[in-house]
Amino acid sequence: MAYLELEGVAKQFGAQTVVDDFSLSVGKGEFISFLGPSGCGKTTTLQMIAGFLDPTRGAIRLEGKDLTAIHPAKRGLGIVFQSYALFPHMTAAENVAFGLEMRNVPRAERAERVRDALAMVGLAGYEDRHPRRMSGGQQQRVALARALVIKPSVLLLDEPLSNLDAKLREGMQIELRQIQRTIGTTTILVTHDQNEAMSLSDRIVVMSQGKIEQIGTPQETYEKPASAFVSQFLGKTNDFAATIDRAATPARVIAGSWSAPAPVGLSGPVTVSIRPERIGFGDAGLNATIVTRIFQGNHWLFQCDSECGPAIVIRQNDGERQPAEGEAVHLAWRPEDMSVRGGV
Amino acid sequence: MSMAADERNARAPWALTAPALMLFVGVLLIPLAMTVMLSFHDWGQYKGIEPVFILKNWHEIATDPYYAEMFWRTFRIAILTTLLTALLGAPEAYILNRMDGRWKSFFLLVILGPLLISVVARTLGWALLFGGNNGLVNKLLMSAGVIRSPIPFMFTETGMVIALAHVMMPFMVLSVWAALQRLDPQIENAAMSLGAGPVTIIRRIIMPQIMPGVLSGAIIVFSLSASAFATPAIIGGRRLKVAATLAYDEFLNTLNWPLGAAVATLLLVALVLIVVGSNALIERRYAEVFR
Repeated sequence: MAYLELEGVAKQFGAQTVVDDFSLSVGKGEFISFLGPSGCGKTTTLQMIAGFLDPTRGAIRLEGKDLTAIHPAKRGLGIVFQSYALFPHMTAAENVAFGLEMRNVPRAERAERVRDALAMVGLAGYEDRHPRRMSGGQQQRVALARALVIKPSVLLLDEPLSNLDAKLREGMQIELRQIQRTIGTTTILVTHDQNEAMSLSDRIVVMSQGKIEQIGTPQETYEKPASAFVSQFLGKTNDFAATIDRAATPARVIAGSWSAPAPVGLSGPVTVSIRPERIGFGDAGLNATIVTRIFQGNHWLFQCDSECGPAIVIRQNDGERQPAEGEAVHLAWRPEDMSVRGGV
Repeated sequence: MSMAADERNARAPWALTAPALMLFVGVLLIPLAMTVMLSFHDWGQYKGIEPVFILKNWHEIATDPYYAEMFWRTFRIAILTTLLTALLGAPEAYILNRMDGRWKSFFLLVILGPLLISVVARTLGWALLFGGNNGLVNKLLMSAGVIRSPIPFMFTETGMVIALAHVMMPFMVLSVWAALQRLDPQIENAAMSLGAGPVTIIRRIIMPQIMPGVLSGAIIVFSLSASAFATPAIIGGRRLKVAATLAYDEFLNTLNWPLGAAVATLLLVALVLIVVGSNALIERRYAEVFR
């Protein structure tokens, strides 16, 4: 049964539709990411769940109850903001205690829960620090502790890691996932970073221009993108124009000098898309020349000029000889690794 | 050769700041020093100013309760004006900050408008509104049933505080406005999501953060009110003198320049001490918010 349910939710500002027909059901304890470029409506959707914005149409339900009828202060959701929005005039402990104070939690219990929450995010001993005396990462932890200490029914994270540097972000991702697994709070993360979405979530909601493009597990959205947008947005991909020749028996999909048995259904011009790490250099296949070869430690990145336009290939640095720049190669891949979409 | 270049580089900042520095010394420091010196000179009805060093003027100010009353009134008016601007100006700035773009710029202009008009013109406006027992303000208040008999505004501290508060309001609003700009735009949402109602948000989250702005606005308003001349001169007239108008009268009516200089010097020293002292207190108290 759905724990949090959004049904046909839409938001309009004047004539502009920012979110349209957004339907999603979230299970209890699930970690969901709203992924998309800026302006795709992901933050607007989050703010509607939080209650800072009212949906123009549609329903938001939590455990079957209409959430939009409840004042944001009474929804009991935990929110971590992109800017953290800590109270600068309060210490870390006072920040975390604020939500408990509003709930009239007795002083002794309050102190204990604040201590536990700060310890959970690894900030034991920082109780009396003011936010401005803390690093970005520490402020972020205080914000997380402040949101979690009230035992929220849903935790909403609005690009919480985007202000941290790359290394810190990776560490926080792992920690965030661990904390979420431990306490099992249903979590919604808004992000524009596909790596973050993939490494953290149980399911990803890929959004573009206010609409849902695809809902699926990280693997599904990566391996079986539902649209060109999804395949482009989730990591690098190669799109080749191809044709399906139904006259041949069996029918074949042909891209330049590469061909394979065609999938059922489609015919005529199609687009074949293959992830760069699924392409290999073979004896036969799409004719190409290596334009640049970039060494990236654990893998090589090749930019090729192929019969069907530019292509990128990623090969593991497994000690094998790799083609040099300017060398003529054949690009080949297994038919099951590509996805074929109608049209060009 | 490079040493000569270094020397030239070291001299450059001085050379560049020299014009401004000379102006500063010429029109501020020298007259100020002369005023302080003047306050130690002697003066007589028939002999005029005698350039000697005596403490007569300072002794007179220290012992004659007339002066104590005058300074006490000056600071009382300044404090009441500051309180009034803070009580009205802080909410005004908060409401202004929450307005939509177009209304915001319009009302900001309304608030800053008074700064574009001469203080004298504005205060004369208040004098017209107050205008004895038949002034517009009294008529309005009486017809609204707020008061039964007219309140004397002209030549009273009440009238002076009201007129001064109007003159000083932009400084308070701008100061609080600046503090509000520093607020995280999500801070109210954050407090709300934790369960805080509107009153709690203002009292626990907004107020503590804009307090430095209110206090620095208060310092500006207080020091400008305590040294204000035009408004007390017009509303208070000869009957209700404050330190600034007193110094003016000593200079231009009594022609006792040394006594006037002593009054002016005392006002300056008192203001500097109050402003510097309270500023230090505020900075220590709100170190966490300021950083």
